[in-house]
Amino acid sequence: MEMRSFGQSIKRKEDPAFLTGKGRYVDDIELPNMAHAAFVRSPLAHARIKSIDTSFARQIKGVIDVITYHELPESLRQRRLPLVVPVESLTNPRLPFTLARDEVCYVGEPIAIVVAENRYIAEDAVAQVMVDLEPLDVIADCRDGLKKGAPLAHVGASSNVAATMHSVSGDTDAAFAKAAHVFKENIYLHRGGAFFMECRGAIAHYDTFQDNLLVYVSSQGVHRLKRSFLELFDMQDSKLRIVTPDVGGGFGPKGSYYVEYGAVAAASMRVGRPVKWIEDRRENFVATHQERDQYWDVEIAVDDDAKILGVRGTLTHDNGAYTPWGIVLPWISVATVPGPYVIPAYNMTLVSVLTNKVPTTPVRGAGRPQAVFVMERLMDRVAREFDLDPAEVRRRNFIKPEQMPYNVGVIFRDGRPVVYDSGDYPACQQTALDAVDYEAFETRRKAALAEGRYIGIGIGNAVEATGLGPYEGVTVRIGTNGNITAYTGATPQGQAHKTTLAQVVADHFGVSIDDVTIETGDTSTISFGIGTFASRTAVNAGSSAHMAAKAVSIKVREIAAQLLEVEPDDIELRDGLARVKGASNRSKTLRELAVYSLGKPGFSLAEGMAPGLENTAYFTPSQSSYANGTCLAEVEVDIETGRVRITRLVMSHDCGRVINPMVVNGQVIGGVAHGVGNALFERMVHDDQAQPLSTNFGEYLLPLAADVPRVEIHHQETPSPYNPLGVKGAGEGGTIPTIAAIVNAVADALRPLGVHIAEAPLSPQRIIELIEEAKARSAA
Amino acid sequence: MTDTRTLSITVNGTQYTREIETRRTLADFLRLDLKLTGTHLGCEHGVCGACTVRVEGQAVRSCLMLAVQANGKSVATVEGLARDGNLSPLQNQFWEHHGLQCGFCTPGVLMTMEEFLEENPNPTEADVRDALSGNICRCTGYQSIVDAVLATAAQARGE
Ligand code: FES
Ligand code: FES
Repeated sequence: MEMRSFGQSIKRKEDPAFLTGKGRYVDDIELPNMAHAAFVRSPLAHARIKSIDTSFARQIKGVIDVITYHELPESLRQRRLPLVVPVESLTNPRLPFTLARDEVCYVGEPIAIVVAENRYIAEDAVAQVMVDLEPLDVIADCRDGLKKGAPLAHVGASSNVAATMHSVSGDTDAAFAKAAHVFKENIYLHRGGAFFMECRGAIAHYDTFQDNLLVYVSSQGVHRLKRSFLELFDMQDSKLRIVTPDVGGGFGPKGSYYVEYGAVAAASMRVGRPVKWIEDRRENFVATHQERDQYWDVEIAVDDDAKILGVRGTLTHDNGAYTPWGIVLPWISVATVPGPYVIPAYNMTLVSVLTNKVPTTPVRGAGRPQAVFVMERLMDRVAREFDLDPAEVRRRNFIKPEQMPYNVGVIFRDGRPVVYDSGDYPACQQTALDAVDYEAFETRRKAALAEGRYIGIGIGNAVEATGLGPYEGVTVRIGTNGNITAYTGATPQGQAHKTTLAQVVADHFGVSIDDVTIETGDTSTISFGIGTFASRTAVNAGSSAHMAAKAVSIKVREIAAQLLEVEPDDIELRDGLARVKGASNRSKTLRELAVYSLGKPGFSLAEGMAPGLENTAYFTPSQSSYANGTCLAEVEVDIETGRVRITRLVMSHDCGRVINPMVVNGQVIGGVAHGVGNALFERMVHDDQAQPLSTNFGEYLLPLAADVPRVEIHHQETPSPYNPLGVKGAGEGGTIPTIAAIVNAVADALRPLGVHIAEAPLSPQRIIELIEEAKARSAA
Repeated sequence: MTDTRTLSITVNGTQYTREIETRRTLADFLRLDLKLTGTHLGCEHGVCGACTVRVEGQAVRSCLMLAVQANGKSVATVEGLARDGNLSPLQNQFWEHHGLQCGFCTPGVLMTMEEFLEENPNPTEADVRDALSGNICRCTGYQSIVDAVLATAAQARGE
């Protein structure tokens, strides 16, 4: 196979439509006779529903229906949302009804859905639905939930602990007993939400004549949503189709099934019209899954050479009110802490706590940025205690390339041991250090200090499980017009699947990507799918595209060979033709071959031939492929205002073989911006009654163009041995080490003032507080 | 609540007259009444810039403006940027530099930057980042947008 598109920075197929306003997002879809919905949501974090009076709302002209729990179809009154990832340690799973029955457990939980002629009227009516709530005690902070005698986040629960899990390898007690040095850190980490620019949204169209349901939804994967729908509605497979059109960003939370989707479908069934619901930004702040709080109490044991003997501790994780993803998020955190280092003994206890806040589920990075922060803070602590260069401490502890594949000893959330497949961690860090002339930084620091400027440099090293299974399928088909189309369940939200998958397919047929169409996100085009998350599409769908396209190209050659009376090996595919090598006048078009492959009515197909130029492949990776990266950040901190300026940011990154470098760079840089937000800006604030206080973009700050530095990327390319393309995921690598690098840099800058930092995000106010605390300590 | 007015407006050179509710925002008017769905809503409270269009040449947030306030005015939206099927120079540079991923912020960013470039033919990177700070993009990290804008300016200067 001659490589033509693979590896090239080809301009995206998606762009012309997006650039001219012809994108088609869910809110752009208009169906005939469509009604519009808005939700009545709980204004309290925990309460009992005493009564709901919908009579005033129903009187408003243009209101079609108001639906509460009691008006839902029978199956939705009986069933709570399905648990996506059940595990044994999740002893106290909690899942909501589609509309709250008698108890609400977070601010924003849907209580009723109003259907009206337009959204304006629906919102007018929401204000007229009278809900009588009796307030209940609230768990606003996950640590409070663990206190003796604490109130319960759910009435009737046995405790607030959703799950306790131990991640163990080696003998930590022995390691700590013999250690020359033990250092402790109490770390607080907070990540906000995804805040994709297009809020969630869904249109349900129940066809009363055919008795089937079509749902358009802004999602990260249609097939898993379909499974949840089928289960909840007790529906048969053929009655339901889910389609995801263009999506304005996902970053994790759009991968969940949400109660609103079922409510919109139930509404369409009741009113017999298509019903559209588009989340507004305030709803997005209170009702879309987030990540929020983690408290880590950890210690590290090292020998006299600063080599790690063991790491142990506890992670207390704010799960929120429900557990739709079980403990996937904090599990990923505890399995990611070891990172690129040799840690002979590891013991981390994870306690996932139910609180009266919107559920936490993975957001870009999925608990890994916190884990990397923890480990990298510990490495800096060791460096400080030994008065060693932080880069040197890391160097002494790196897993060496010759140790690959490397078994970390812990179990990942897929139930498999964490075994790193490949990567050169020391080289990756060195590349970043060289890029900034790290050795000369102390000279730069001295010069800056002489001018009263506080500058610092910070390192973040990360190893990331990417390309998670179980599979993603691709069907490649050549139509009777000669067009090559690939269908997949993977659903893009900006990652350029329509370009990169076309690059993989095009090479097998010797055509350009313009000759290949990629159809995504429609349950009617391919039987099974998982969706886009966990940096998995290039690995899973990419490999399947490769396998399916290869199979079809072989069949094309075979049929062409038969018709042209040569051997298949004599046929080459080029520009839509199958032609005899060295005899370019002897050829068949793909169109002719596609028509031929379908046979003629009443005639027999050639012996052994299955009809059609079509193949479906489901690549099932045997395990994750591990990408890695080093982020190096330089900052300057204004000690009067607390403002942090990132003056330089280098990302040295290895995601295996790269399908489209331009697209990968875009993913990395975009990922870094999320890390910048998590390090310095984004904080979802709640009061002590778990009332969200930051519910707009004035109160919750996202990084802007002036806040995000230019990112310098250095690629390394260690192919993964675990898939036919040698690729690893690239969607989250930019985010994962960045928070650690930036906060370590701030801590480094403020070291001359005796400031100790073990938290993120760092607002200017917080930095000033930390400086004041350090001053008070040194005065005492 | 159903107070209506007659609105007369020019959008991308075409004149429209419509009877609309006074509380209709300009964004909803463009999207729902004229079916120009290229203008997007990302926050509806004036911060994200996704809804930016130009009214009498000035970049404005169409989520914060009532349609009736645009009565008698001329409005430009993203749908009007490409001429005869050819992308504008700025659109082209966005394509070239991977200045968009999900594309949701893109129409607002394009309309903001069109105005900026008309007023600043010779911008520095810091100028562009400053001007772009009223638009939130959650995908690109801004770098590729900045590069696309700088390249458009350079191209216009004949460099
Ligand atoms: S939608 Fe108008 S500024 Fe965000
Ligand atoms: S391209 Fe997705 S928000 Fe900007």
